[in-house]
Amino acid sequence: MQDRALLRVTALEKSVPGGRQLFRGLDLTARAGQLIAIVGESGVGKSTLLNILAGLDAPDAGHVAIEDTILDTLDEAALTRLRATRIGFVFQAFHVLPYLTLRQNVALPLALVSNDRRAIADQAQAMLARVGLGTRGDGYARDLSGGELQRVAIARALVHRPALILADEPTGNLDPDTAAKILTLFSDAVREQGVAAIIVTHSAAAAAIADDVLTLTASGLERAR
Amino acid sequence: MSILSARLALGWMIGGEWRAHPARLALTAIAIAIGVALGFAVHLVNGSALSSFEGALRTVKGSADLQVNATSPLGFDEALYPRVATAAGVADASPVVILRATIGRRPVTLLGLDVIRAAQVTPSLVGVAPAGIDRRGDAAFDDAALYLSAAAMRNVNARPGAMLVVTANGRTATMRVAGRLPGVAEGEAIGVIDIAAAQWRFDRLGRLDRIDVKQQDGAAPPRLATILPRDATIGSDASDATRSDALSRAYRVNLDMLALVALLTGGFLVFSAQSLSVARRLRAFALVRTLGLPRNGIVATVALEGLAIGVIGATLGLLLGYALAYAALARFGADLGAGYFADGRVRLTFAPAAAIGFFALGLLAAVAGSVLPARIAARAPPAAALRNAGDVIDPRTPMPVRPAAILMLLGGGAALLPAIGGLPLFGFSSMALILAGGIAGMPWLARTLLAPLSRGAGRSVPVDLAIRHLHGAPAQAATALCGIVASTALMIAMAVMVTSFRGAVDEWLGQVLSDDLYLRVEGGAGLDPAAQARLRTVPGITAIAYSRQIPLTLAPDRPPVSLIARPVVTDGPDPSLVLLESGRARPAGTAPIWISEPAARLYGWTVGDSVTLPIAGRYVVAGIWRDYARQQGAIIVRDTDYTRATGDRTRTEAAITLARGADPRTVERALTAAAPPALAGLVAIARPATLRRYALELFDRSFAVTYLLEGVAILVGLAGVAATMSAQTIARTREFGMLRHIGVAKRQIVTMLATEGALLGLVGGIAGITLGGVMAQVLVHVINPQSFNWTMATRIPWGSVGEVALALIVAAAGTAVLAGRRAIAADAVRMVREDW
Repeated sequence: MQDRALLRVTALEKSVPGGRQLFRGLDLTARAGQLIAIVGESGVGKSTLLNILAGLDAPDAGHVAIEDTILDTLDEAALTRLRATRIGFVFQAFHVLPYLTLRQNVALPLALVSNDRRAIADQAQAMLARVGLGTRGDGYARDLSGGELQRVAIARALVHRPALILADEPTGNLDPDTAAKILTLFSDAVREQGVAAIIVTHSAAAAAIADDVLTLTASGLERAR
Repeated sequence: MSILSARLALGWMIGGEWRAHPARLALTAIAIAIGVALGFAVHLVNGSALSSFEGALRTVKGSADLQVNATSPLGFDEALYPRVATAAGVADASPVVILRATIGRRPVTLLGLDVIRAAQVTPSLVGVAPAGIDRRGDAAFDDAALYLSAAAMRNVNARPGAMLVVTANGRTATMRVAGRLPGVAEGEAIGVIDIAAAQWRFDRLGRLDRIDVKQQDGAAPPRLATILPRDATIGSDASDATRSDALSRAYRVNLDMLALVALLTGGFLVFSAQSLSVARRLRAFALVRTLGLPRNGIVATVALEGLAIGVIGATLGLLLGYALAYAALARFGADLGAGYFADGRVRLTFAPAAAIGFFALGLLAAVAGSVLPARIAARAPPAAALRNAGDVIDPRTPMPVRPAAILMLLGGGAALLPAIGGLPLFGFSSMALILAGGIAGMPWLARTLLAPLSRGAGRSVPVDLAIRHLHGAPAQAATALCGIVASTALMIAMAVMVTSFRGAVDEWLGQVLSDDLYLRVEGGAGLDPAAQARLRTVPGITAIAYSRQIPLTLAPDRPPVSLIARPVVTDGPDPSLVLLESGRARPAGTAPIWISEPAARLYGWTVGDSVTLPIAGRYVVAGIWRDYARQQGAIIVRDTDYTRATGDRTRTEAAITLARGADPRTVERALTAAAPPALAGLVAIARPATLRRYALELFDRSFAVTYLLEGVAILVGLAGVAATMSAQTIARTREFGMLRHIGVAKRQIVTMLATEGALLGLVGGIAGITLGGVMAQVLVHVINPQSFNWTMATRIPWGSVGEVALALIVAAAGTAVLAGRRAIAADAVRMVREDW
C-alpha cells in the first residue's frame, strides 16, 4: 500500500496577483500512509500550495493529480465532489461549527454526500471514539479545550476515508504538550488508514513526525530532511 | 453530488443556526407577518365592503336580465315604458320608481312597482301578505299598502298592520304595512309600494327611474339603445359591477399599495437580518464549501431559511390580517373612514385567492431578502474566507454607483408613462424602482457623505474610530439601514403627499366657501319656487344663490358625475369657482358648462369642446375648475339653462350672503322657520368655518388608516435597525476585545458606538428623506392625478421631516449603545478568543 501514489504534483507554478512568483517547477508525490511536512518562511506560498492541492485555487502551470484524477480537467462541481469524497482538511483554527453537536461536526463530510442518518451517526461515533472523544458526541464546541477541538477536526478529516489529508498549521493554536499528543494521534491515524497527508507548518515538532520534510522556496520544494 | 444528497447537512446547518439565534428568526418572521397582515386586512376590508355594496345593488335591482336606468334622479318620461315593453327580444318589462325615503328618520329605499309585471320580471321584489303572496290586488294596488324587508321592518320597529309616516321627495304620506319582502337579502332596508301611489303621492307623476327587462328565451339581446332618450341608459350586472368597482378602485388600490409597503419593509428587514447572519457565518460557509458543499448549496441553505421564515411569517400574517380586518370593520367601517360606502353593515368575507396571493408575496419577500446575501456569500472564495472572515473591509474599495443610477433613471422614465386601466401602475413601479435605486446607492452615499469627515484630524479616538469604521465599511451600514431607509422614504413621500393634498384642500375651501351661510335640504327633498321666494324675504339676507345638485350618469359603467345647477358670474371672476382654464368663444345656440378637473381628466374634455349631456340642450365647455370634493367629476350648468333643459325648478342648496351687522344665528333661526313644514328637520344650515372644519375632519379620517400603515412601516424599519445594529455590534466583539487590550476604556467604546449609531441614523435620515422627497413628486404629480384626477402643488411638512430625522438618529445611536454595552460586558481576554 505504501507504494501507491495518491498525490502527484508536476511542474507547478504560481504567482500572486501583483506578479511576484511564489514558486515554479514544483514536483511532489505523496504515497498512501506517507506524511509529508512542508516548511518555509511566511509568505512563501505554503497555504497557496495547499489551496491548489485542494482545488480551491488554480496554478498558473503544472498539474495536480489525486489518485488518478487530474484536477485541471475538472470543473467546479467535480472539484467540489472530489473534495467531499477524497480530501480531508485540518485547520489551524479548528473550524468546529459551534451550533452543531460534535458528532454532527464529525459527520459533516458524510452528510454532504449521503442521507443515511444511522450509518452516518455510527461512523462519526466510531471516529470520535478513535480520537478519544467517544463520550462527547452530544456536546458542543464551547465545552471543549483547544486540543479537544483539534481532535474533533482530525476526526472530521478522516471520517469519510479520504485519499489525501491537507493540514494547515494543525498545532499552531495549541500548547506544546497538547500539540505533541495531537500530532501523534494525527500521524497514527494517517498511517492506520493509509492516507497521504501534507502538513504545512512552522513547528519543528510537527515536522519531526513527518516521513519527509520539504522546504518550499521560489524554485520549488527542497528536501530538508 | 447534488444539493439533495447534502440535504442532511443542510438541515443540520439550518437547524443549528436557528437554535443558536431564535430571536433573529422570530423578528424576521414577525416583520413578514406584519406586512402580510396589513396587506391582507386592507384587502379583506375593501373586498368585503365592495361585495356588500354590490349585494345591496343587486337586491334593489331584483333579478332582471337588463335595466333601463334614468341618468339622473329626475327620471325619464314614462312614455318610454310601452316602447321598451314591446321591443324585439323583450319578454316582459317592469316599470320602477325609486325614492330615497325616510320613515321616522330611518332611511329606506322605496321602490314603486307594478306588482303584476314585477312578478314576471323581478319576483324577489314582490311583497308577501301575512296570508301569502298578494296577487289578487286587494293590497297590492292599495295606494297605502307598504311591503317592507326584514331589515326595514326592524329599523323602523314595525310589524304588519302598522301605520307609518313615509317622507320622500319633499312629500309625506301615511301608509300601512301590508306585508314582508322575503326575497330581499338580509340587511337591506327596502320598501315596496304600488307604482301609481309612488308617482301620485310623492310627486313623480309621469316619471320613471328604471325599467326592469326580461329577455325572451333564446332570443338575441334586445337592441334598446336606439329607442332610448338622452335621459335613459342601459345597465346590466356587468356594468353595475364595473361602476361600483370604479367608485373606490383607485382608493382601494392605493391602500393595497400602501399596505404592501409594510411587506416591502419586512422584506428589507429579512435582507438585513440574513445579510448579517450570512456575514457571521461566512467562515462556516467557507468550511462546508471546502469540505465539499457545492456553491449553490450555500444559496439553498439561506434560501430555505428564508422560505421557512416566509411560511411562518405569512401564515401568522394571514391569521393576524383576518383578525385585523374584523377589528377594522368594527372600528372604522367598511371604507376605513374614507366615506365611499356610507351606508349599511358589512360582513367580513374571506377571500381565498387574496389569501394565497398575500401568502405568496410574504414568501417572495422573505426568499428574495435571503437569496441576495446568500449569492454574495456563495461567491466568496472559501480559502480566503476561512482565513480572513473578519478582515474584509478595505476603505479603498470603490462603492458602485452605476446600478443605483440606472434604477433611478428607469424609475424616472416609468413616472412619465400613462395609467393602465385608470390605475397608476407605472407610477407605483416608478416609486419601487426609485426606492430600489436609493437602497442600492446607500453604500456610495454613505462613503460620499463620510469622506469629508474621514479626512479630518484632531478628534478623540472613539469618534475617529467610529468615522473610519463607517467610511471603510459603508456596505455594512447600508445593510443595517436599508429597511429603515425604505420605510422612512415611503413615510416622507406619503407625508409630503398628504400635506400637499390637505394644504390644497384647505386653500380651496377658503376660496370656495366665500359666503356667510350655507343651506342644504336633506333626504332627497328640495325647495320649490314658492319656498325659495319665501326664504329670500328673511330679514338680514343680502343675497341668496340657490343651486341644485343631482347625480348624472354619463356612461353606464362609470359612477355618475355631479350636475350642479347654480348661478354663475360670467362678466367677471366668480369667487366660488376656482378656474384652472377658461375660454370665452362659444357657438350660438349653446349653453356654457364648467367642468371640474376630475371630469376633464375622466372624460377627456377640454375648454371649447362640445359636450352632449343626458339632458336637453347643447353644451360647450367654458372652463375647468378646481374641485377636491367630487372625485368622479362635476359639471356646473347655469341654473337658468338647467331649468330650461329639465323643467326642474326645485333647488336643494343655497349660499347666503348676510347684510352687514346681521346676526348669523338669528338668520339661521329665521330661515329654518321660513322653510316649508314638509321639510321640517330636513333643512341643515352651516357656516363656512363649520363646513371647512367638517371637510378637513373628513379628510383626516380618510387618511387615518394611511397614517396607521405608515406608522407600522416605520416601526418595522426601526426594529430592523435595532436588530441589525445589535447583530453587527455583537459580531465585532473581538474588535472590542482587542481595543480594550490596547488600552481603550469601555466608556470610549460606548462613545464610539454611539457616534457610529448617530452617524448611521443621520446618513439613513438624509437618504430616506431625500428619496422620500423624490418619491413624493411621483405620488403628487403622477399617482394622485392618475388615481383621483386632481392636481396640486407640493408642500413639505418640515416639522415631520425634522422629527423623523431626529427619531432615526436617536434610535440608531440608542440601539448601538445598548448592543455595545452587551458586547463589551465580557472580559477582554475572552472577547479576543471569540472565534465565530
